[in-house]
Amino acid sequence: MKKYFLIISCIFSCVQLMAQVKTKAKSRPVAGLALVSGKGIYEKYCLTCHQADGGGVPNMNPPLIKTSYVLGDKTRLIKVVLNGFSESVDIDGESYSNVMPSHDFLKDQEIAAVLTYVRKNFTNKAGPITTAQVKAVRATNKKKT
Amino acid sequence: MNNRMKSKLFRSMIALTAFAVSITLYALKPVGDVVPDADNAGLKLPDGFGALKVAETGAKTRHLVVTPQGDIYVKLAKPNKEGKAILVLHEAPNGKAELKSSFGTYGGTEVALKNGYLYASSNTEVFKYKVNDKNEVINPDQPEKIVTGLKAGRQHETKSFALDNDGNIYVNIGAWFNACQEKDRGLHSPGIPGCPILDSMGGVWQFRTDKLNQSYSEGVRYATGLRNMVGMDWNQQDNQLFVMQHGRDNLNSSWPELYTTKQSAELPAECLYALKKGDNAGWPFMYYDQIQHKKIQAPEYGGDGKKEADAKYIDPAMAYPGHMAPNGLLFYTGNQFPAKYKNGAFIAFHGSWNRAPEPQAGYFVVFQPFKNGKPDGNWEVFADGFSGSPEKTAAGRADHRPCGLAQGSDGSLYVTDDSKGTIYRIIYTKK
Repeated sequence: MKKYFLIISCIFSCVQLMAQVKTKAKSRPVAGLALVSGKGIYEKYCLTCHQADGGGVPNMNPPLIKTSYVLGDKTRLIKVVLNGFSESVDIDGESYSNVMPSHDFLKDQEIAAVLTYVRKNFTNKAGPITTAQVKAVRATNKKKT
Repeated sequence: MNNRMKSKLFRSMIALTAFAVSITLYALKPVGDVVPDADNAGLKLPDGFGALKVAETGAKTRHLVVTPQGDIYVKLAKPNKEGKAILVLHEAPNGKAELKSSFGTYGGTEVALKNGYLYASSNTEVFKYKVNDKNEVINPDQPEKIVTGLKAGRQHETKSFALDNDGNIYVNIGAWFNACQEKDRGLHSPGIPGCPILDSMGGVWQFRTDKLNQSYSEGVRYATGLRNMVGMDWNQQDNQLFVMQHGRDNLNSSWPELYTTKQSAELPAECLYALKKGDNAGWPFMYYDQIQHKKIQAPEYGGDGKKEADAKYIDPAMAYPGHMAPNGLLFYTGNQFPAKYKNGAFIAFHGSWNRAPEPQAGYFVVFQPFKNGKPDGNWEVFADGFSGSPEKTAAGRADHRPCGLAQGSDGSLYVTDDSKGTIYRIIYTKK
């Protein structure tokens, strides 16, 4: 009886898994791609300072976990990536000394993907940033030298 | 009395004197009353050592100094809620300390006591305060400003210093760049030709302790080519300045074609330098590769990870793994610890961040043996466990981060933590 139950539940979970795979594969060309490349860009360009858990480094590199800069004004956030960040301001009551270099060499789509990734990970639950939004900000952005 | 008898008598007199001296020394040693915490304050220490938490201040406690009267001066990175940035704690006989007073309205890092004065630094200035015969500051609100107008960026802004025996003070002026790039820490950003900021930062400046309001024009650029130093101490054995440089970051993120993330986590070395007037340690034009044991040309200045740098730059006295952030350096001159520690160096490694995605490292106090004023033999981890667990170390999420070091008059070793503000005292308990 026990054995029988095991086999049934096994079949059941296999079917479930297959169904999941199927949905994933279907949605891949649209939302999935942005998410995957966002993670890749984070690991390549952001992780060394902001760390694998997005928690940053005390006194040096700000955390990306539920801070006003990440969850708030999208234009301000896009500008941080385009221009870098070296202002002496407190972020949610703490100051951070390290200089973030400009990442304007990233494509609009890449910036949208990485910011969407950051806004949806590290326990953040904020809406996506689109390629069009990045493009618009870049067009009006005064480049810092 | 013949010669043989004379020499016999002489020898027994020496033995007697030595016996009397050691009895007196033993009686002076107050360590008997100080009790280590049951868990040794959470630290892992060599056999025979114990530790206690002297105080939990909840502040960003940087460097500290302990007086023979049991007062502890601690410099805070930033003023606390009361607007004060030097804490004065007083120790009870059991070693636990309570806040006695606080003063100084400026954040900073260093504090030192020498020849009747307490010295402390902000990020742009150095002050001194006259102390009474109990080493208490007489006028906490009226310091004398001995150095002023030093440059400070957002990074490497703190001004550590060391004092020699001839009335000089040696001040770190950290460079406000990582590697003097046109775009700091930027991808493929080249070095600024000649790195002109070296005229006023990226080195050690020497000033007098007996003159007021000195700035660059009154000081001497004692040594250059040093990115940033937080741990500095004067070696009494060979009368020389030693510093621990914080080595550069971002080899991979600026130059991904030349350095893997793994190489970038290991390189460059955190270097101990013995400095003489006029020395050039080569930052930003080179870095020291502790794996190849070579001075390597920086990628910002034409390097490829292999090309060796100009031989004119000095070699480190010792090299440690990259990014561990040496924040405290102390030559141990006490008598409490076993003989092997005497005149050796303790180094507090604050712990890394720029090793990611590789596991982080550091968050411990290292002992470096010395002989005749030179490093002699391999370094070893002396006090570990500040982070709370190996997992917290690897993730860079340490509970406590060692920063400043001080020696008590009884030979105890004090360690600050600038994350939670715990002050540790390490004692030798074996009889």
